[in-house]
Amino acid sequence: MEEKRAHNADTGGQCSVLGGFLPFGLGLVLSLLVGWWLSPKLLFSEQSQPVAFNHKIHKEEAGMTCSDCHYFREDGSYSGIPTTKECADCHEFPVGSSAKEREYVNKYVKKGQEPDWKVYQMQPDNVFFSHAAHSLENCGKCHTDWTEKELCSTSGCHPDIGDSEAPPKYSENRITGYSASTMKMWACEYCHAMPDHRAYNANNNACFTCHK
Amino acid sequence: MSGAQQSFKILWGMAIDLDKCTGCGACMVACQAENNLAPEKDASKKQRVMNWLKVFELSNGKPFPDHDTAYLPRPCQQCGNPACVPVCPATVTKKDEEGGIISQVYPRCFGCRYCMAACPYKARYFNWYDPEWPQGWDKTLSPDVSVRPRGVVEKCTFCHHRWMKAKDKARVAGNDPYDLPEGAYVTSCTEACPNGAIVFGDLNNPKHLVHKLAHSEYAFRLLERLGMDPQVYYLSRREWVRRLGNHHLENEKTGEFTPLGGGHHG
Repeated sequence: MEEKRAHNADTGGQCSVLGGFLPFGLGLVLSLLVGWWLSPKLLFSEQSQPVAFNHKIHKEEAGMTCSDCHYFREDGSYSGIPTTKECADCHEFPVGSSAKEREYVNKYVKKGQEPDWKVYQMQPDNVFFSHAAHSLENCGKCHTDWTEKELCSTSGCHPDIGDSEAPPKYSENRITGYSASTMKMWACEYCHAMPDHRAYNANNNACFTCHK
Repeated sequence: MSGAQQSFKILWGMAIDLDKCTGCGACMVACQAENNLAPEKDASKKQRVMNWLKVFELSNGKPFPDHDTAYLPRPCQQCGNPACVPVCPATVTKKDEEGGIISQVYPRCFGCRYCMAACPYKARYFNWYDPEWPQGWDKTLSPDVSVRPRGVVEKCTFCHHRWMKAKDKARVAGNDPYDLPEGAYVTSCTEACPNGAIVFGDLNNPKHLVHKLAHSEYAFRLLERLGMDPQVYYLSRREWVRRLGNHHLENEKTGEFTPLGGGHHG
C-alpha cells in the first residue's frame, strides 16, 4: 500500500507540472489572442474612403500646398476637407488618365454630390476644437523647430497622410460609431495639462477651453 | 463661499437696463434657438420648462394709479463666488476659465441637482425629459452647442461658443484673441433685444460700455447681499426696482446692506 501510495504521489507530481502549467499557458495565450487580436477585430469595422484620394500627386505633380485645400476662412473657422465644388475647379473633367479619377468625376463632380468622407478624428458632440488656436503661429512661438507637418500629424492629432498615395483604412467602433483614431482626452491633456504651458496661458486647461 | 475668489483679466458681463425692457421675450426666444433647447411639449408645466434666460415680471405692489411694472430678464449670473460650483460632486461646473464664465460639462453630470438647490437665482434647469425636436425641426439645431439628454442639469453659458468663434476670428485676422473689441463677442439675447436693453462686454475693460454701466449709480445686482458677486448688472432709475432686486426691508435705505461673503470687485 505504502509503495503504491508513493508511486501515485510521484506520477501525481509529474501530472501537476503538465496538467497545471500547460492549461495555464494555453489559457494565457488564448486570452491574449482574444483580447488583442479577436476583440479589436470584432469591435472595429474596417472601411475604405469613398474616393481613393492621392495626396502625393496633388503635392508633387500639381505643386499644391496643404493650405490650398485646408485653409482658414475669414470668420476664423477651418475649411477641413474641400468641397466637391472646390475640387471641381480643376476636376470638372478628368485631368489625368486614371480610372479612379474618372470614377470620381462621374460619381461626384457631375452629380454635384459630396463624398461621404470618413473623418479619422471626428470628435464627440461636446468637444469644441479650434484649429486656429492650434496654428503654427501660436504653438510655434515656443516650439520654433516645429513644421506645420509636425504640428498636424506628429503630435498624434492626424494621421500623417500628406505624402500618401492612398488614404489609410478607416476603422470605426461598431458600438460607439467613433473612429478608432479619434483623439482621446488624455492626448489633449498631454499638452493642455502640461505645467510648462500654464505660464503661457494660465487657464488653458479649463473645461470650457475644449468642451461645449 | 469660502476660499479665495479667482481673479480674471477678462470678466464677461452684462448690464441690463430694466427701464428699457418691455418684457417682449425676444431674448428668451433667441436663447432657446441659439442653445438648442427643444420646444416644450407642455409649456404650462412651469416647474418642468427650460429657460436659460427667463423674463420675470416685477410689480411695485401698489394699486392704480400708482401701480408700476418692470420686467427682469434673468440669465445665469456667472457669480464670482458661485454657490453651484463647490457643491457639485462631479466637477461638472467650474469657474476656472479666463472671462469668468461658469462652465457646465454635460456628460459629467449625473443629475443630483445640488447646484440647482444651491443657486439663489434659480438659473439652472434639469432635463426632466429627453429633448425632442419634431420631424424636420432638427435642422434648426446649432452644431456649436451640444444637446443635453434627460437627467442632466444645464444653464446659460453666455453663449460661450460665440466667444470661441470670436477668438478664432481674431486669431486668423492676426489680432489678440484676449483683447476683443466691443461687439466682437455678444450673446444671442444681446443681439435679439429690440430695445438695446442688454449690453454685453468685458467688465474689466474701460473701453467697453458695460464697464461704464456697471459703475452707474443706477446699477445693482440681484440679491447682492448674498455675496455671490454676479457678473450681471441691472440698471433702473426706479428706486422700487432697485430695492426689490435686493429684497430691501422697509427700514433699510436703498443700496445699503452688508454682503454676506464680501466679494466686491472694482
